[in-house]
Amino acid sequence: MSSLDTNTFDGAASLDTLPPLAPTHNLPKGKMGVSMLILTEIFFFGTLIAVYLFYIGKDLSGPYPTDVFAPPFAAETWTPLSVSFNSVFLLTSSIWIVLAIKALERGAMGRFLFFWSLTITFGAVFLLGTGVEWYGLIAQDGLWIDTNLFGSCYYTLVGFHAAHVAIGLSLMTLVLVLTLCGYNHKRHAGKVDLLSWYWHFVDGVWIFVFTVVYIIGYYG
Amino acid sequence: MTAAPETPRLLANAPALSKLHQWVVTVDHKKLGLMYIMSGLVFFIIGGLEAVMMRWQLAWSDMGVLMPDEFNRLFTMHGTTMVFFVGMPILLGSANYLVPLMIGTRDMAFPRLNAFGFWLFLLGGLLLYFSYFGGQGLYGMGSAPDVGWFAYAPLTERTFSRGHSTDYWILGLLVSGFGSIATGINLVATTLCMRCKGMSLMKMPLFVWIMLIDAILIVIAMPPLAASQVMLLFDRSLGAHFFDVQGGGSAVLWQNLFWFFGHPEVYILILPAFAFVSEIIPVFCRKVIFGYPLMVAATVAIGFISMGVWVHHMFSVGLSPAVNTAFMASTMLIAVPTGIKMFNWVATMYGGRIRLHTPMLFSIGFLVQFLFGGLTGIMLAVVPFDWQVSDSYFVVGHFHYVLFGGLVFTIFAAIFYWFPKASGKMLSEKLGKWQFWLLLIGFNLTFGPMHVSGMLGMPRRIYTYHADRGWEFWNLLTSIGVIFQVLAVAFFAYNVIRSLRKGKPAGDDPWDAWTLEWSTTSPPPAWNYDVDPEVRSRRPLWDKKHPEDPDWKYE
Amino acid sequence: MTARVIAIAWALGLFVVHAAMAAPICAPGQPEMPSMFLPRSEPAEIILDITWLVTGICAVIFVIMEGLIIWAIIRYRQRRSEADGSEPPQVYGSNPIELAWTVIPLLIVFILFLVSARGIFEIDKQEPPPGSLEVTVVGHRWWWEFDYGELGFVTANELHVPLTKDGEAQSVFLTLESADVLHSFWVPQLAGKKDVVPGRVNHLWLKPRQMGTYVGQCAEYCGNQHANMLITVYVHSEEDFDKWVANQQRDAVEDAAVADGRDIFMRTACINCHTIRGTVADGTFAPDLTHLMSRNVLGAGAAANTPDRLREWVWDPQNIKPGCDMPSMKLSHDDTDRICAYLETLK
Repeated sequence: MSSLDTNTFDGAASLDTLPPLAPTHNLPKGKMGVSMLILTEIFFFGTLIAVYLFYIGKDLSGPYPTDVFAPPFAAETWTPLSVSFNSVFLLTSSIWIVLAIKALERGAMGRFLFFWSLTITFGAVFLLGTGVEWYGLIAQDGLWIDTNLFGSCYYTLVGFHAAHVAIGLSLMTLVLVLTLCGYNHKRHAGKVDLLSWYWHFVDGVWIFVFTVVYIIGYYG
Repeated sequence: MTAAPETPRLLANAPALSKLHQWVVTVDHKKLGLMYIMSGLVFFIIGGLEAVMMRWQLAWSDMGVLMPDEFNRLFTMHGTTMVFFVGMPILLGSANYLVPLMIGTRDMAFPRLNAFGFWLFLLGGLLLYFSYFGGQGLYGMGSAPDVGWFAYAPLTERTFSRGHSTDYWILGLLVSGFGSIATGINLVATTLCMRCKGMSLMKMPLFVWIMLIDAILIVIAMPPLAASQVMLLFDRSLGAHFFDVQGGGSAVLWQNLFWFFGHPEVYILILPAFAFVSEIIPVFCRKVIFGYPLMVAATVAIGFISMGVWVHHMFSVGLSPAVNTAFMASTMLIAVPTGIKMFNWVATMYGGRIRLHTPMLFSIGFLVQFLFGGLTGIMLAVVPFDWQVSDSYFVVGHFHYVLFGGLVFTIFAAIFYWFPKASGKMLSEKLGKWQFWLLLIGFNLTFGPMHVSGMLGMPRRIYTYHADRGWEFWNLLTSIGVIFQVLAVAFFAYNVIRSLRKGKPAGDDPWDAWTLEWSTTSPPPAWNYDVDPEVRSRRPLWDKKHPEDPDWKYE
Repeated sequence: MTARVIAIAWALGLFVVHAAMAAPICAPGQPEMPSMFLPRSEPAEIILDITWLVTGICAVIFVIMEGLIIWAIIRYRQRRSEADGSEPPQVYGSNPIELAWTVIPLLIVFILFLVSARGIFEIDKQEPPPGSLEVTVVGHRWWWEFDYGELGFVTANELHVPLTKDGEAQSVFLTLESADVLHSFWVPQLAGKKDVVPGRVNHLWLKPRQMGTYVGQCAEYCGNQHANMLITVYVHSEEDFDKWVANQQRDAVEDAAVADGRDIFMRTACINCHTIRGTVADGTFAPDLTHLMSRNVLGAGAAANTPDRLREWVWDPQNIKPGCDMPSMKLSHDDTDRICAYLETLK
């Protein structure tokens, strides 16, 4: 029985006794792949967040969250490159990326380039702000990963998030370069959209990280 | 249209370097699957040799063959190797090879990601073993890791584990873990996105269903391990305090995080055993699997419940009675769907026409031994009993019964069953039967008495024991069993090498089986199927061979 | 025919192996064997009772299932007459049967759960029963410290407890702490194990039923010499225990004959790790040596406490327990002899 024979395994003499083929409900594989990646990341960040919550209030010494953070959403956090300011930049970048994808779907390459670059820029502002915050914490407050539990948890959680932002920015820059070199077209919108899913996830994680670190961690 | 394609041969008449190059750059799921499995088998031999040395040391009291640190490295490397570099690659490789064939498609969803996953796994394994050479580190201490395969903190902190040995444990597993996750994602996407026409989810072979659940478990259970290892790495290299008790960290936190990964991991390892026998037993009993929908439901239930039992590895840590009781309940609960699967397999045998070829012999070995291991698992779920035998040789006996007597036996069953498809040659039945009986005797002789030494008070991970404990006889039996196992594996290796050269030609369908892979050539062409299959039932080849009584009338 | 032979041989083999495993339960126990089947304390008895129940249930399931498997192989093996390509009737499932074997295991498991849950709450006492002897156990790499608290002394590796106090059975309530990494305190004949966790305080309840000597050891891998972290528990009569306590409470013997040995000890780094009550030696990193000669072992079971082995130990502990924390003090042979002579007076 070789593959040259018919591949319909119907086993019936006449075609009209055959049941109809059951629908497979196959899902689009790109979206499935990225969804599974996001699921993995949810469990990765979930573990770091669980550990962060577990260690709230357990420091034996050293700068405490109330020493180094302002109360959430207080005026100081809105100054340029402070945490609430940065958060706005990161979260709004999700809007720009949606607009970029819509433009790409229509083939409006100029518009795509504009919003795509805006996304990258806003993401970069967030990273810059994270760097400024870390500088302050290290140089002024004397908080590093080895200072106490708060330091270990903070730098690990915020650091991994920032790393994921950086990866997203690198990939988006790659797409930017490819577009400028003429390789990106309307028909690639589906693939570029998958990258936007990753970006939305990174933004979503920030909402959780912000809540845990700057709100719960502050009051805990 | 085109001329009939030549039946491809595994070892084509090409110069050696070009053949090697084909394998190194391949993204074909079949080649990658075989590379995964072959690497896993090589690590199996290495892990086995580590066990041989340990059993030599423990054959009698105060043997003095190994120094304590040498022994401690051996049990660490043995456990880590067997779980991460034998179990994982063989299961990922088998799924890689079989899933696209069974669902009637031409490759995995992401072939390049597939290759990436394989090479990461291999790199991780090499990194772990490089520790023997590179781990000397500070004060000349180090070498291979010696912290046990689950590496409890704070033993793994810099204070108590000098040098770099623990860092190699972390890095080897981090790297190979990413590979596993990549392949897990690939398997889920392939199964949910690429089934051939007519193959709805409830018409997939049970193998594919079980590997789907397995892949989802990999995707969700491995990241917590990665996160824990990253935290441990930060403790060791950056001075963080996650598991630094003096700095406010918690030793129990490591246990919780590790076992949150670790328990699903052992289900990740055993589900493929279930997948293998769910395909093999029906074919060798000439009967459809009994209760397919319940088997699917039981697998999904196992997947879910397995995420909620992890504290049963920590019953003696001193957690509250309420916590211990809750996890005892969930642990006992998971026995129910597992038991259901056993009943369904045995029900498949009833009324059948059992052919005792080697794959079926190994499958029966699995049924007998996994039953025993599963029952000792129920005993261990009983918290007061666990308080006596936790961390003793009783547990070592238990998990070897389920992972060796269970998983490894089914791996041999699967190899004997699918080797003809992958290579076009049959393995020798005679050599297979020798291997089976030797392995059966050796395995039971080694791991059966461990339950006794455990109940007589022998803890795990001791490099020696005193003469007055009463453990010598049982340890001697255990060590003698090793000889039979070594012989069995030697028979196996010889069988494989000999059959690759001059095994009987297999043809497309040597076992008269029913799933799609048997409808294509042995070995399959690179593209798997000349024409995309269309199926109307779970056993497309049964429908073809029995047009008067097709499955789709009954499903 | 062959199938029958194989199946019967297999069944016999299984029976033999598993019967052999029952042997230690049936055979009379030797005094030193740390078997959970020879309970000598109430928690160990409770555990054994539950063990019989679960083993019984599992044994019945095992016999039935294995029997079914072996029977299937014998009865349904393909006969020569059947090797004609025909297939047996295909049975796809049976809702009533599948329901039965879902519900029945659930019931079995439920009953097992109830019995076991009761056992957990009975054994896992969070508070010392009134009148208990309370001892704090500190696990070190690789020895056990026993602090008798109010009784006023600290000893190592050998735990002495009384069977009764004022004629009533007395409980022992251990408080478990760690000085470094995870350990686990396990004396099977007296109780289940309890881990010794750094940063956490655990408790273990014992209630001896019989006088005697019971052995155990550390049951959580703690590094190099995990295998040599033995525990011996001596359950005494009330009078013998009181005598032992009285001796332990005395400060160290000061025998003038060994003054030179004592001198060397007190001037060497020994005093930084060891305590000898009544002298300047007050280190807490290593076992208390005040009544060293009242113990039967050295190095937490690595060697017997005989003059020869003691000398070997003091000369270079690494020869007896490689990797342990005590280094060779690089003493001369004469100094070693003198120190040993001194130590041998610490009864």
